[in-house]
Amino acid sequence: MSESLRVDPIACTGHGLCAELFPERIWLDDWGYPVIDGDELTADLLEHARRAVAACPSVALRLERDRAARSSGEARAAGGKNRPLRAPGV
Amino acid sequence: MTLAAEQFPRLLHGMPADAALGLRAHESLHGPLPRPPRRGARGGHPLILELERAGLRGYGGGGFPTATKLAAVAAQHAHAAVVVNASEGEPLSQKDALLMRHLPHLVIDGALVTAALLGSERVVFVLDEGAHAALQNVEQALAERSELAGRGAPAAHVAAVPRGYLTGQETALMSVLGGGLAKPTVTPPYPFERGLAGRPTLVSNAETYAQIGLVAHYGAEWWRTLGTEAAPGTRLVTVGGAVAYPGVLEVAGGTTVGRLLEASGGVTEQLQGFLLGGYAGTWVGPDAIDLRIDAPTLRDHGAGLGPGIVVALPESACVVAEVASIARWLQHESAKQCGPCIHGLAAIADALGELCAEGDRHGAYGRIERWCGLVMRRGACALPDGAASFVTSALHTFRPEFDDHAHYGGCDACLEPRQLPTRPAHYVGVAP
Repeated sequence: MSESLRVDPIACTGHGLCAELFPERIWLDDWGYPVIDGDELTADLLEHARRAVAACPSVALRLERDRAARSSGEARAAGGKNRPLRAPGV
Repeated sequence: MTLAAEQFPRLLHGMPADAALGLRAHESLHGPLPRPPRRGARGGHPLILELERAGLRGYGGGGFPTATKLAAVAAQHAHAAVVVNASEGEPLSQKDALLMRHLPHLVIDGALVTAALLGSERVVFVLDEGAHAALQNVEQALAERSELAGRGAPAAHVAAVPRGYLTGQETALMSVLGGGLAKPTVTPPYPFERGLAGRPTLVSNAETYAQIGLVAHYGAEWWRTLGTEAAPGTRLVTVGGAVAYPGVLEVAGGTTVGRLLEASGGVTEQLQGFLLGGYAGTWVGPDAIDLRIDAPTLRDHGAGLGPGIVVALPESACVVAEVASIARWLQHESAKQCGPCIHGLAAIADALGELCAEGDRHGAYGRIERWCGLVMRRGACALPDGAASFVTSALHTFRPEFDDHAHYGGCDACLEPRQLPTRPAHYVGVAP
């Protein structure tokens, strides 16, 4: 089981605390919104990630499990917890 | 089964010039709607298998395999709703309005077999509220269908939604059909999991349903007779720009850009390039005339056809001004929900606008590409990604023109009226 960071772009209002707390994986773009390295978090980084998630004033930052499984079509068809990042186009 | 496999056109066969094809004429052309067999025990539904054999992919721009999408909705086991998306917010595409206006029964056929397959209780046809003739013709066509009168038949209705580039985005569509604003929502959940009234919902483009209808009538083998291995069947393409007869054409899969131009009456002046796939698409140079319009070939050129759009840009137009004006329009059409899209598109449109005025006065020109990279995959929907592709491909294809404007400011053609439309032109139905 692995975890990775993900931001809800609609909820995020660009406070920028996350980048301050977790610069290893989060940096701010030209307008102050976080750019997130969505790679799997190693155990030593997990605690920092959790702290950033907890500090987000907009509750826009989340830790998600099993990023790899999200992109599999099987998981999509199952409609389970592990979902693909993008919807099929209309 | 009355249409021969080699018969061309297929979708547009028998299309009246100024009215809708009535049910009787439709049935004498294609036969009555085949009763869909019930869902198989384990091996999957026969129609899903047939669509898989056909290799049918969605025609709304995503190009996702229809069988996979259908199977995902069917796997939810919950009387999924069926949504036929003909809202067509992309101003360069007119094929769905054309289908709904002139050939509503073909689309209805596809929607009804899909609804039967999914055990749907609800089928919604979504059209732009400004498409008066199409709205009226679909209502009339639905009233003709006896399948909808019986007990246990799904409730079919027509929904008129406000015009907007994002209205047809599938999560925005769910929101607006549920009484909300036409703004995308964060995924997951996707409509196939939770859509209309919380039900799993199959949202597909109107042409996709028309193609499903053809596969249901004639089968996958017939369907694949035309087209190529990489692009089986036929598809609708809206051709715009400097051609004699801009409008909607049906073409066999894998035809070339040049053949499309010929079928549109030929070009009316020297071309400087093409826009493929619309305002979320890609610019390519004039040598693309020999390009085959199948997905793998186009992907090799970093392009795609989107919902079937080819625009021929004449030499007389200023590509920098055209791109700047559409970038600004896309910024206005954004739902303005996500920070990177709000600020990024504004920065990109500002910098492009400056090129057509005094040139690169604030030194922002060099940052456009980086900004385009910065907005990619950072919105709730793909609008920023599409805008970034539109702008960066223009920068790559027409670099000398952009550099020239950066150094010297606006050109004479910058002052001419813009040629790329931001509202749909009245389409001309071209019979190929």
